[in-house]
Amino acid sequence: MANELLIKNGRVIDPANGVDKKCDVLIVDGFVAEVGRIDKQAKDIIDATGKIVTPGLIDMHVHFREPGDEEEETIASGSAAAVAAGFTSVVCMPNTKPPIQSETDVEYIHRKGRQARKTHVYTMGCITKDSEGIELAEMGFMAEAGAVGFTDDGGGVQDPAVMLRAMKYVTMFDKVIAQHCQDDSYGKDGVMNAGYNSTVLGLPGIDILAEEAMLWRDIQLVKKTLVRYHAQHISTAGSVELIRQAKKMSLPVTCEVTPHHLLLTDDCCADYDTNFKVNPPLRTASDVEALKEAIKEGLVDALVSDHAPHLKSEKELEFLAAPFGIASLECALSLYVKALIEPKVIDWPQLISLMTNRPAQIIKIDKGTLSKGKQGDVTIINPDFEYTIDTSVFRSKSCNCPYDGWKVKARVEKTIVGGEVRFEI
Amino acid sequence: MLRKKSKQFNWQHKHLLGLRDLSAEEITFILDTAEGFEEISTRSVKKAPPLRGKVVVNLFFEDSTRTRNSFTLAANRLSADVIEFTQKTSSVSKGETLLDTAKNLEAMGIDIVVIRHNAAGVPKLLSRSINACVVNAGDGYCEHPTQGLLDVYTIRKFKGSFDGLKIAIVGDIAHSRVARSDMWAMTKLGAEVIFVAPPTLIPGNVDKLPVKVSYSLDEVIEKVDVINMLRIQFERLGGNPFPSVREYSHYFGLTVERMKKAKPDILVMHPGPINRGLEMESEVADGKNSVILEQVKNGLAVRMAVLFLVNQAAAQQQ
Repeated sequence: MANELLIKNGRVIDPANGVDKKCDVLIVDGFVAEVGRIDKQAKDIIDATGKIVTPGLIDMHVHFREPGDEEEETIASGSAAAVAAGFTSVVCMPNTKPPIQSETDVEYIHRKGRQARKTHVYTMGCITKDSEGIELAEMGFMAEAGAVGFTDDGGGVQDPAVMLRAMKYVTMFDKVIAQHCQDDSYGKDGVMNAGYNSTVLGLPGIDILAEEAMLWRDIQLVKKTLVRYHAQHISTAGSVELIRQAKKMSLPVTCEVTPHHLLLTDDCCADYDTNFKVNPPLRTASDVEALKEAIKEGLVDALVSDHAPHLKSEKELEFLAAPFGIASLECALSLYVKALIEPKVIDWPQLISLMTNRPAQIIKIDKGTLSKGKQGDVTIINPDFEYTIDTSVFRSKSCNCPYDGWKVKARVEKTIVGGEVRFEI
Repeated sequence: MLRKKSKQFNWQHKHLLGLRDLSAEEITFILDTAEGFEEISTRSVKKAPPLRGKVVVNLFFEDSTRTRNSFTLAANRLSADVIEFTQKTSSVSKGETLLDTAKNLEAMGIDIVVIRHNAAGVPKLLSRSINACVVNAGDGYCEHPTQGLLDVYTIRKFKGSFDGLKIAIVGDIAHSRVARSDMWAMTKLGAEVIFVAPPTLIPGNVDKLPVKVSYSLDEVIEKVDVINMLRIQFERLGGNPFPSVREYSHYFGLTVERMKKAKPDILVMHPGPINRGLEMESEVADGKNSVILEQVKNGLAVRMAVLFLVNQAAAQQQ
């Protein structure tokens, strides 16, 4: 007998197919067999009445720290956190120790992901060797091994000629080239947004120009190369405007936004709490508004956690010395709901689209929809469930999360990967 | 000079982290308290008992002679025991963390930590993590509250009141904790503060601060009652905010020539140590308008007051 899983009576939201209706989803042998009113018996039945049923969520920007910093996170602990948060696919960033820059590195990530048996684990590879911004990494071999894109995330590729070379070269493989836009010549030593708060706190700032100057430069390079380009975690109103112009020109430019840049501002740094130290830094209220407006307009293509776990002992250092990063994978969905659904910036289908089919298109993975024949990755969400974020129960190895104690809505109740329930409340 | 005493004031802060968080009344109260302590230094036996049996640790992670000695002497004059802990760190992540160091000292039973550190926010971090009183002796370029206090103390002594007083702070404002503490204290007390520096040494979003900004010392010098010349801190400058020392001195140095345009009773201040000939010519530093050594002297009384008050607040809170 076939392995059947029937999810009944949920509000099925499948943005790629324009579906938003109360119906059923049938998964047979790990693949989507049917979406609609299904009157049949199945071996396993899940009653999803009052729940939202979506394609498995995708987070295309996480740091699982393996190899190298396994004390902070591993692919096993990270993907356990991911699946508990409704994610069925994640994309690891390559800035590990050593960095992901060869085909064997890529295969290592994939193997660890398979062994964890939680989510699908993808990875990007480095653009340049050791992310030094000098020589190109072996992007061809990495592409063959299954890297979904390339980035020197953690920093940007500084030299415009190197970036141009990388972009030209990547067009050969139809992979996306992603950039952490940060021109180090503006405030390389900065630890927070450059502005009023950095001035009175006496901390070196990172100017918005660091992000915007590099994004502007890269867009010029995209004009020349027409490579698929993805701006990672944009954080300023100026970046939104640059993306708007690029999209007007129909350039192959996409971008992503994190929950912290939608919920927090640099006012949060006032007590030198290093859980608010993140790069790109928390900006101002007007930047937050511009990002929300961009999401409303459809200019943003993906929501990502930029899950960046760090040890408590590292985060307890001086603000100047502590590492950048916020670990928020485990409460990401609730944070997007707080930032975008509750203030009615967008509706549920739009939110789900930014977490499923749209990121899937950027990294070109055959996921993010409930089309017939696709892998049976499904997330079941209770949209009205209220709870308090408690970092002490996180599956992630780190709890550098500034949202501890926040009251939020929307809980993931079941996460199904390839037809198998990998997480349930 | 007669002045209304802030009477029956109940000081409540067991830490002194910065002047930004204090009210004008609180600042005035510290100054009044300091005034009372000045006399101790004139006695033949320069000691009073209020901190007897208390332990003060000078936790200095950055070079300092003047401030550290001033705190040591202040603590000694109040009969406290003083531990000197000096460690130059370039990388805090190496070896014992700051919090571990502080907690170890606390385990030995200290009462007051006087901390200087190159990272802004460290005093605040400490105050959250240990029970002892924390006194900020300079953190990054955030604040140097006792310097701010001794500056306003000195000004009050010579000028009486801050009403209508115009004060120029000249030099590397961007990287100066003194400029920030001075600004908070002086503006809260009612003075008008003008930052004078090349645009490359003015911090971002200065328009949101309670100050005016000028790029011309020549224009400002005629109008002000007090001029505080900051030290160019070569160790903090990133890149080259001005083309040469010669050009900087030309526009922003306090020269004998420039002093001719100043009000005859202008107070010339400097937090030290002076780069003679750079921000200030020796003749000016040692001239009749200079109160630089007076500042150092007043620093002692101010620090005695601060140590006394935080200890008192801690005792009350127990």
